[in-house]
Amino acid sequence: MIHPIPPGTRDVLPDEMRELRRLKAALIEVFEDRGYGEVATPSIEYDETMARADGPDRSSYRFFDEAGELLTLRSDMTVPIARLVATRFAKAEPPFRFSYLAGGYRAVRPQRGQMREFVQAGVELIGASAEEGTVEVIEVLEAALDAAGLGRAVIGLGDADLYRQLLEEMGVEEESRDAILSSLATHDLVALEQGLLAAGIGAEQAQTCVQLTQLRGGREVLEQARGLGGAAVERAATQLSETYEELERRGAADRVQIDLGLLRELGYYSGAIIEVYDPAVGHVLGGGGRYDGLMKQFGLDFSAAGFALYLDRVHTAQMEEARRG
Amino acid sequence: MAEAPLTLAVPRGALFGETLDILDAAGVDTSELRGDSRSLIFETSGMTLVTMRPSDVPTYVESGAADVGITGKDVLLEQGDRVVYELLDLGFGRCRMVLAAQTGDDRLGEAQRRLGMMRIATKYPRIAEEYFESTGRQVELIEVKGSVELAPLVGLGDGIVDLVATGRTLEENELEVREEILECTARFVANRVAHKLRAAEIDELTAKLREASSR
Repeated sequence: MIHPIPPGTRDVLPDEMRELRRLKAALIEVFEDRGYGEVATPSIEYDETMARADGPDRSSYRFFDEAGELLTLRSDMTVPIARLVATRFAKAEPPFRFSYLAGGYRAVRPQRGQMREFVQAGVELIGASAEEGTVEVIEVLEAALDAAGLGRAVIGLGDADLYRQLLEEMGVEEESRDAILSSLATHDLVALEQGLLAAGIGAEQAQTCVQLTQLRGGREVLEQARGLGGAAVERAATQLSETYEELERRGAADRVQIDLGLLRELGYYSGAIIEVYDPAVGHVLGGGGRYDGLMKQFGLDFSAAGFALYLDRVHTAQMEEARRG
Repeated sequence: MAEAPLTLAVPRGALFGETLDILDAAGVDTSELRGDSRSLIFETSGMTLVTMRPSDVPTYVESGAADVGITGKDVLLEQGDRVVYELLDLGFGRCRMVLAAQTGDDRLGEAQRRLGMMRIATKYPRIAEEYFESTGRQVELIEVKGSVELAPLVGLGDGIVDLVATGRTLEENELEVREEILECTARFVANRVAHKLRAAEIDELTAKLREASSR
């Protein structure tokens, strides 16, 4: 008798479970060693809490409980940890360092190999100064990737505010900005150029914006970016260069790729954003960045940064890397 | 990074010939693909070319099985939720997505006026749905896989949404264009991770293709 399970979920059998347990243990050890104590939060939160992030998340599962309260299955751990810090640590002395290994839930389109239930491993650093926070989080991420055996993995480092500011500087009307930013997020360069032209931006300036999205690599891309000009680019380049220099000083810049085309889908990031890639896997392994604005939503004037790795994807990459030997 | 050669997904079908031409112009040797070989994979000029249906290109590129690929905008729109980077409009394979109905027959208009609802047969349900939604009309979409021109002739639907290049197929089936929805051309797409990790190779190929397509 076959009893199906909902698409986008899966069973894990003992062999894989053993490997996953080793991977989890290695990651948690890295986190704890660096002072990131593991926390757990409920899988369900009040919808009002999760919605503080970026308005109602249309991809999250929501339902009414027996008392008529609207609840949400958490779609990540960043928001619950922000909630936890605001509730329990508002009067304590920052910074706060927390790590987690926890399931998240998101509605996905069927037959895409995407999971509705997934496990994330990550850290949040709340209340450290912005610059140091970003650098420290990247260092923890590198240690985690090493512990997972992903020596070839690369961390993309970008700036979440660059394009919003650039579009403002170019004089793009507010109502056209969101559409343009969404073609940036999906990296549809054809639509990006068309959108800019339609918004009344000159062909040359539109080309500059498209070129900017293609700048990724070492320190040299910052100079190339500055060559394209503008106050928004200058600000982002200066900030990225400060972060990159600090990483270099600590010997942690080797696997960091500066990427001016990076834009994360999650709306709560501001300032530095990161993404993680491994050459053995076609999907992004995880990401993160700074989210000071989210903390404000919870009434705290703290700078905050963190990252989350998708455990299954890290495991796949680990297997591929092991196969390469 | 001493990696395997860059893998490029080549669409078979209507875009095949011009795709090979533009690859040649960009310095990728495609002579082997031009023969009547039944192979699907070809090693050439330091690249691996894999041939497939155009509608499979986003699938292969999204998963990273192919690093880059060429396919029609119609395919990308219809599979708009696939995460691939769209780097370049290659300009060829130009065709229009249209709403068409039987020549001189007002069934479409009548359905809209009397029932407030049209029945539309199409191979592109997502594009059609978005179009009618954005123009504030309600439709019942009927998805078919094969020659959609057949549908209104035998009473499956009041009209069709389909891709036309020359319009000859429509004409031969006594159908006419009622509304133009959008124009489609071939696009150069890349896998998100490959675009980051193999930046130099992909940028070089993009530049060559850009030059070849503007010739």
